[in-house]
Amino acid sequence: MPTPRILVLRAPGTNCDRETAYAFERAGGQADLVHINRLLENPSLLAEYQVLCLPGGFSYGDDIAVGRILANQIRHHLSETLQAFKAAEKLILGICNGFQVLLKSGVLLPDDPVTGPPATLTWNSSGKFEDRWVRLVTDASHCVFLQGIERMYLPVAHAGGRFVVPDPTRLTQLKNQQQLAVRYCDEQAGVQDTVLPFPVNPSGSLANVAGVCDETGRVLGMMPHPERYIDPTQHPRWTRGEYRDPGDGLAIFANAVRYFTA
Amino acid sequence: MTLWEVDIYPVEGERDLAAESIATGAADLGLAHALPVATARGYLLEGPLVEADVRRLARELLADKVVERTVVGQLGDEVLQVPPEGTSLCVHVLPKPGVMDPVALSAESAIADFGIPVHRVRTLKKIWLPALEPPRLQALCGKVLANDSVEQVLVGPLEFRQLDVGAPYEFQLVQVPIRGLDDAALEQLSRTGQLYLNLAEMQTIQRYFRQLDRDPTDVELETVAQTWSEHCSHKTLAGRIAYRDETGVRQFDNMLKETIFAATQQIRRELGADDWCVSVFEDNAGIVRFDARMNVVFKVETHNHPSALEPYGGANTGIGGVIRDSLGTGLGAKPVCNTDVFCFAPPDTPLEQLPPGVLHPRRVMQGVVAGVRDYGNRIGIPTINGAIYFDPRYLGNPLVFCGTAGVLPRDKSRKNPLAGDYIVAIGGRTGRDGIHGATFSSAELTSESETISGGAVQIGNPITEKMLLDVVLMARDQGLYNAITDCGAGGFSSAVGEMGEHIGAEVALETAPLKYDGLSYTEIWISEAQERMVLSVSPHQWEAFKSLCDAEGVEAVIIGRFVPTGRLRLTYCGHEVADLDMQFLHGGRPPVVRDAHYTPPAAAPPITAPDVPDFGRDLCGILGSLNVASKEWVIRQYDHEVQGGSVIKPLVGVANDGPSDAAVVRPLLDSYRGLVLACGMNPRYGDLDPYHMAASAIDEAVRNCVAVGADPRRIAILDNFCWGYTDRPETLGSLVRAALACHDVAVALGTPFISGKDSLNNEFSYWDAQGQKHTIAIPASLLISALGQIADVRQCVTMDLKQPGNLLYQIGATRDELGGSHYTLLHGQSGGNVPQVDPALARRTFQTLHQAISSGLLRSCHDLSEGGLAVAVAEMAFAGGWGAQVDVGTVPHTLDTLHEPLSTIARLFAESNTRFVCEVSPPLQPVFEALLRDNQIPWAAIGSVQTSPQLTIVISDGNNARRTLIDLPIATLKQAWQQPLQWQ
Repeated sequence: MPTPRILVLRAPGTNCDRETAYAFERAGGQADLVHINRLLENPSLLAEYQVLCLPGGFSYGDDIAVGRILANQIRHHLSETLQAFKAAEKLILGICNGFQVLLKSGVLLPDDPVTGPPATLTWNSSGKFEDRWVRLVTDASHCVFLQGIERMYLPVAHAGGRFVVPDPTRLTQLKNQQQLAVRYCDEQAGVQDTVLPFPVNPSGSLANVAGVCDETGRVLGMMPHPERYIDPTQHPRWTRGEYRDPGDGLAIFANAVRYFTA
Repeated sequence: MTLWEVDIYPVEGERDLAAESIATGAADLGLAHALPVATARGYLLEGPLVEADVRRLARELLADKVVERTVVGQLGDEVLQVPPEGTSLCVHVLPKPGVMDPVALSAESAIADFGIPVHRVRTLKKIWLPALEPPRLQALCGKVLANDSVEQVLVGPLEFRQLDVGAPYEFQLVQVPIRGLDDAALEQLSRTGQLYLNLAEMQTIQRYFRQLDRDPTDVELETVAQTWSEHCSHKTLAGRIAYRDETGVRQFDNMLKETIFAATQQIRRELGADDWCVSVFEDNAGIVRFDARMNVVFKVETHNHPSALEPYGGANTGIGGVIRDSLGTGLGAKPVCNTDVFCFAPPDTPLEQLPPGVLHPRRVMQGVVAGVRDYGNRIGIPTINGAIYFDPRYLGNPLVFCGTAGVLPRDKSRKNPLAGDYIVAIGGRTGRDGIHGATFSSAELTSESETISGGAVQIGNPITEKMLLDVVLMARDQGLYNAITDCGAGGFSSAVGEMGEHIGAEVALETAPLKYDGLSYTEIWISEAQERMVLSVSPHQWEAFKSLCDAEGVEAVIIGRFVPTGRLRLTYCGHEVADLDMQFLHGGRPPVVRDAHYTPPAAAPPITAPDVPDFGRDLCGILGSLNVASKEWVIRQYDHEVQGGSVIKPLVGVANDGPSDAAVVRPLLDSYRGLVLACGMNPRYGDLDPYHMAASAIDEAVRNCVAVGADPRRIAILDNFCWGYTDRPETLGSLVRAALACHDVAVALGTPFISGKDSLNNEFSYWDAQGQKHTIAIPASLLISALGQIADVRQCVTMDLKQPGNLLYQIGATRDELGGSHYTLLHGQSGGNVPQVDPALARRTFQTLHQAISSGLLRSCHDLSEGGLAVAVAEMAFAGGWGAQVDVGTVPHTLDTLHEPLSTIARLFAESNTRFVCEVSPPLQPVFEALLRDNQIPWAAIGSVQTSPQLTIVISDGNNARRTLIDLPIATLKQAWQQPLQWQ
């Protein structure tokens, strides 16, 4: 299998595109930065790629609501393209703003025909943007991106990362299907459903959700930034000797590449 | 045509964060306790819309139905006026016409994508309150709900039925009869026209037009005023100054050139072939060498006056502006990190002490932080460094410094506009925002500034700037233009005027894309609308440049051409509206001649200790003083890790919450070479002697860089002088004295200044109830920003203690220097000796310390600054989560006899320069000590790291007598340090 190609999607206000592409390249992939306008002009472009990544940033300024405008562009113009991409068993990763877009566009969790989107990401309980490192535990044995990863230490940097599902049965269903794939956790314990206090759970996210995958495990959205911890010197306490080499985040990109090369 | 309103409320069970913040704001200002508030954000949609369209937009675009509910109606419908429980009165807050409303613009295009015909959108905030008596409601509206300079408040239902569109502009040439005016009338014209030129300058303009035998047009006069403004020409500091101090008299022809620039020239001469400066004091930012591929650029700007009136907009356009400075340097540098330094009055200033026209400092601080946060985070540049200084004299005139560093390929470091090139405007559109910013920022603020100069205040749109940034860097790498500069203060007037200075330019003003109708030719020319840049594009480059911009959705328009006439010629729809000689414009300003005096303050009494000292309480008091206290509340709101190059974060240590001396980033992800950012400032020393204040600020900025590992031979610095009214000889005198120190210390350290900016006349005047005028002048405020480099970031050290059993050293000597210290601030004392710098020793110390760090001898290192040794050790201890035992009896000092108890205070709290505390593991002790001895650095082993989480500081004399001075748990110290600014 040749080197997998990754389309890192740019929109006005995307700002984590370069370091995300760099992380894919470090993991052995070949990443291109592609503007949303190119994809809207020519949706078939996507077929040339194995991985679609929506990186972090503030697409369209997060004007109106986080991720909303780009999500609507996808809903209006790229739904079929993305369905075909998923059906071809290719991979989609959304980080931070990319996660918000995947969720709001219905790519990650399909809309309920009556009530619409089953979940959302909204303002942090703290009411403000925060950049801090968090502990994470995974809970999705089928998720391609998370293979072999049990725990991670990564930074979050967002104002709108609180995962909300109004219907408790839907939440349980997502949990049972191992779709609540990445959870905030404290130093000792594993997956917990009771909302952990700030700053362990920095957003007040329901069930401590930091990331969600689709039923197939090939689409993952997560608030933390794996591309910000691929080198030891990105760890906040590397001068104290507390780092791993490579950083915890690289495995996510490496898993995506390995899926096509192994 | 219909006008619809969509109101969006949180659903039951979701918090109303906007309402909570209003209630808190009202309580903070003592306006109301536990005020019941409910809020909605809303959209006004105008167009041939039917209800089903609007409901669909509400559902699928405007609201998130998982957490929000909507109310939809046409304006005037009852349904829009149903008060939530506990409230009855509705207040609407809307952006004033002409003020940037980015969300509305985004909504317009997003709605177009639905195929729904909307013509215009405006956003609003709807705030529901209980019935309030009119004075309280008015205070609440003015101080909490809205900012009058950019927003309008409408109480009760909205009465209008259509959105303002602005009337089309009808051309009429305006001439200003100036030739016949006498001196008084000239001065009057300067003031009422907001030209802010002095009489000699007005007379020069008058003479020029008398020679031409005609009167100037309004746009000609504006162009001259902008070009000659203090903000754009730095005429005071680059002017003639007769300076007098206790040592004698000195005449300057160009003060900056003969002090700060001269220092850099001397350093470059001494470096010879090793000169690593590339472009200094020429371009929009200074440029120095980084590695074999790249240069780095650095610039810090101030945005004080706009931030005083509208803190959010002032700060976010401040940061937007300095980012464009980097992008407009050479052929365009990629911004890689930001620094932001603020000066405010204390946030607990009682409301009744506020002079008229002044925003409360707490609100200023919250607004400024939010402005920096929203712009920096959205545009994707990490904010990695900063500082906040508090002093009551910043009450009406806060200071906001914004800085950006960027990387620039070495072969893209020069610009060269060519005759025949198109003048191309790209990015945001031109509107009525920011008119007179350049001249306004050169004037003194008064309580009436808000009404006179509201137009000078703007809101930024970081996404427009991000798009601009992306497209410029792509066009740069494809070689699609010859020069670029930003539209900063003075707008097109400044950008085109500067770029075409040595060629000549013709601009057709009607070709500039406008946000809305109604702008006159003069407004187009001088508007300071944000997010615009001007490029010089050759005809053969234009097609490729234009199609690249189109592909990225960035508007690019030819507005004129550089022509080899030596003239600036403006037209509007074929009518000539200006024709000025470039030489007159750029060289015609009469030299400013000023007197500057400096008289040392009368000798103040020495610092004395209380009869019964409590050093532990002093330490906690200093840790909890606003300048020293943790700024985590601010820092965490900034994305300091975007771009992926973060190496040393602003918060470090075992719990990621200790105060780092400097921040380090890797600007190139495939390289371990690092950039180091830090700053130094201490306005309190300036009250004692501006010379030593400036010297100390440089020492502090450099030592902060060195403390994390920067190579002292590769540190470049910037100056930002913020001073009061420099027409007063004693105010200008203190500035000149500081500039002299900048020269002396820079040369002695071999640390070049590469750029700088001044902001003068930072005073606030108001009239009290009796009609008496009061003026508050800011303290002399010199910010030194340092950009260091480190060959391999894996050698960096941080300030947190690492390992019990390790040895602690003080490097550098403590002197009897408590003047301006936080110890005296705490005890309300004045006087004492101001900290001085021994530059030769400082240079040696920095180089030796760097050798120690790059040889891996240090586990941690922290500079000594506010609060001296005691504060430094306390910070290292609680950041590292370990205790420390320190004996101050051994600290290196320069006093022969130490008189108790003053000497103990000095040992603990003196703020002498060029000092560090270093942690060394015992096996490395001999190597480290030998290095210090060989280089004749003052040093002493002062203690060790302890497992027990307790800071114990003792003093022993030579006879084994020991006295405990401080013995406190590190948790207590940390609490004292974190608590004051731990805002929600």
